[in-house]
Amino acid sequence: MAALVALGLAFPLVGHRLEDSVNGLSLGYRFDWVAIGVAAVFFGRLTIGLLGGVPRIAAFDRLKGLRMDWLGWVLAAIAIALPFLPFADRNLIDKATLVLIYVMLGWGLNVVVGLAGLLDLGYVAFYAVGAYSYALLSLYFDLSFWVCLPLAGLFAAGFGVLLGFPVLRLRGDYLAIVTLGFGEIIRVILLNWQSFTGGPNGITSIARPSFFGLVFSADPPEGRMAFHQALGIDYSSLHRVMFLYFLILALALLTNFVTLRLRRLPIGRAWEALREDEIACRALGINPTTTKLSAFAIGAMFGGFAGSFFATRQGFVSPESFTFIESAIVLAIVVLGGMGSQIGVVVAALLLIGLPEWFRDLQLYRMLVFGLAMVAIMLWRPRGLLSHRDPTILLSEMKR
Amino acid sequence: MMLTVEGLVAAYGRIEALKGVDLTVAEGEIVALIGANGAGKTTLLMSLCGRPRAKAGRIRLLDDDIAHLPTFAIVRKGVAIAPEGRRIFPRLSVLENLRLGAVTADPAYFDSDLKRVLGLFPRLKERLDQRGGTLSGGEQQMLAIGRALMARPRLLLLDEPSLGLAPLVVRQIFDIIAAIRAEQKVTVFLVEQNAHHALRLADRGYVMVNGRITLSGSGAELLANPEIRAAYLDGGHG
Ligand SMILES: Nc1ncnc2c1ncn2[C@@H]1O[C@H](COP(=O)(O)OP(=O)(O)O)[C@@H](O)[C@H]1O
Ligand SMILES: [Mg+2]
Repeated sequence: MAALVALGLAFPLVGHRLEDSVNGLSLGYRFDWVAIGVAAVFFGRLTIGLLGGVPRIAAFDRLKGLRMDWLGWVLAAIAIALPFLPFADRNLIDKATLVLIYVMLGWGLNVVVGLAGLLDLGYVAFYAVGAYSYALLSLYFDLSFWVCLPLAGLFAAGFGVLLGFPVLRLRGDYLAIVTLGFGEIIRVILLNWQSFTGGPNGITSIARPSFFGLVFSADPPEGRMAFHQALGIDYSSLHRVMFLYFLILALALLTNFVTLRLRRLPIGRAWEALREDEIACRALGINPTTTKLSAFAIGAMFGGFAGSFFATRQGFVSPESFTFIESAIVLAIVVLGGMGSQIGVVVAALLLIGLPEWFRDLQLYRMLVFGLAMVAIMLWRPRGLLSHRDPTILLSEMKR
Repeated sequence: MMLTVEGLVAAYGRIEALKGVDLTVAEGEIVALIGANGAGKTTLLMSLCGRPRAKAGRIRLLDDDIAHLPTFAIVRKGVAIAPEGRRIFPRLSVLENLRLGAVTADPAYFDSDLKRVLGLFPRLKERLDQRGGTLSGGEQQMLAIGRALMARPRLLLLDEPSLGLAPLVVRQIFDIIAAIRAEQKVTVFLVEQNAHHALRLADRGYVMVNGRITLSGSGAELLANPEIRAAYLDGGHG
């Protein structure tokens, strides 16, 4: 069965290939590839069937018992120390920054999908709103990054509420479709509103962030002081890379901290209750409208923060950066991490973003490995890598 | 009167499930509504909570007309429900479930309310950190009732609390309902197919057939009524 499905899928996708030939482009056929793929799926499925299920892997099972709080502190310590480690070069810090952007996006989306249980396939829209908010504000009003950051968060939250209203009554698949459409609408608007957003060309030379007014530049503009001058050290382009790294680290940790706090407050409990059973929520006097809107708004706000960071890091934004695949990747991070698990998001982001970056040399096989990893995780940990959920209040914490 | 329902009509789309229901529940009473499967009992309780909304008729809680309020606002006026199928939050712990019951209550009462509810349901006390979904059916029902009580309701609505439970557990649950009324001064309106237990416990009862109330009387009267014996007791759950 599975092999037939694979055949059906692979034939048009893998079997044909555009080839450069003498008279322009022509269609080539790669039936051998199709055969290999289908055979792999067939025997893979057969093995699983014969073994009567997926063999348990002890390491995966042990994930359950892992002390999450402990792991969290270790990861945070590693993240802070990373740029000072001897082997940390510009390349590594850059990649770590990228991973952290996705960690932050994952945590933001986790509020919507993991906690409130609202399947949002258009999360990239808020990322885009954040990025363009910063880009446009700094372009038209010459506002600094630190002023724009909260504004971008607010704008994104506003869009979150805007999206929230029409989808309040929708659940599951329908919600997913509408949010998907919303993500595309935002992208298409950005693409076509040429006069305002620059259309497909995007916005270039976006202002870089400063460190309390100190700029990162070898020769600062008139009247400004550069970071290296203030500290009395030699200029190094690494300073900015490290600054950006710590900036996103701080933003991500803030996201995590706020989410963890919210989870212990009535609003966070209401989100989780809403995920479990909306009818029961109503019966308990929870207002599902405000609860859902707040989840959309908070999730969107974090997306907006991440977006403005993205804009300031790249110094350039264009609609190309905000396609559906971004939403899909962030969602994959949340789902693989184990819906609602904060550390799961980190692990999944490392796997999905970090690993492919490392193996860039294997360009061609990246997506194949990506897919295999997804299949493996879904086989062995169908509820995500770290799906265990700790109660937010424990008996032992309560005074009696 | 704690609750006054007059000429209540409610429908799912074009199908009328309630065709003009009148009933009253006095303060401090336990009133049982019995009726066969599909009679409209659940629909009545749900429409007291605003979903489905009353198409005609009036619902008064003490002196307020609540027929047009959204569910969460009705709950805030002091109506709590342990709904059909219990609907506890399976992935949340017992304690978190109870906390969610208290969202509409003044947080200052939380500790004392929790103590009181756990006093009524000692089984829950031993399982506070356990996930709701891993409780047995009886324990889940206890949790559903306990969660409703955490809202400090004036009127407690119970939809088939005995459904799917072993006879011994059913006895326990009904004993606890009696204790709730005695200790907490809560008015109870419960819906049951298990007529025998319900009518023995209740001060008064109503019988619903096809979206209408066909009979009413004290619990003892209804238990003695031959029609009821024939329809709901002898051949039924006993
Ligand atoms: N969500 C619904 N949509 C449409 N019809 C419903 C719905 N719920 C119940 N009904 C119908 O309303 C009638 C009353 O059902 P219900 O109130 O659940 O009865 P009871 O609780 O007495 O068993 C039944 O005919 C049932 O099929
Ligand atoms: Mg029913």
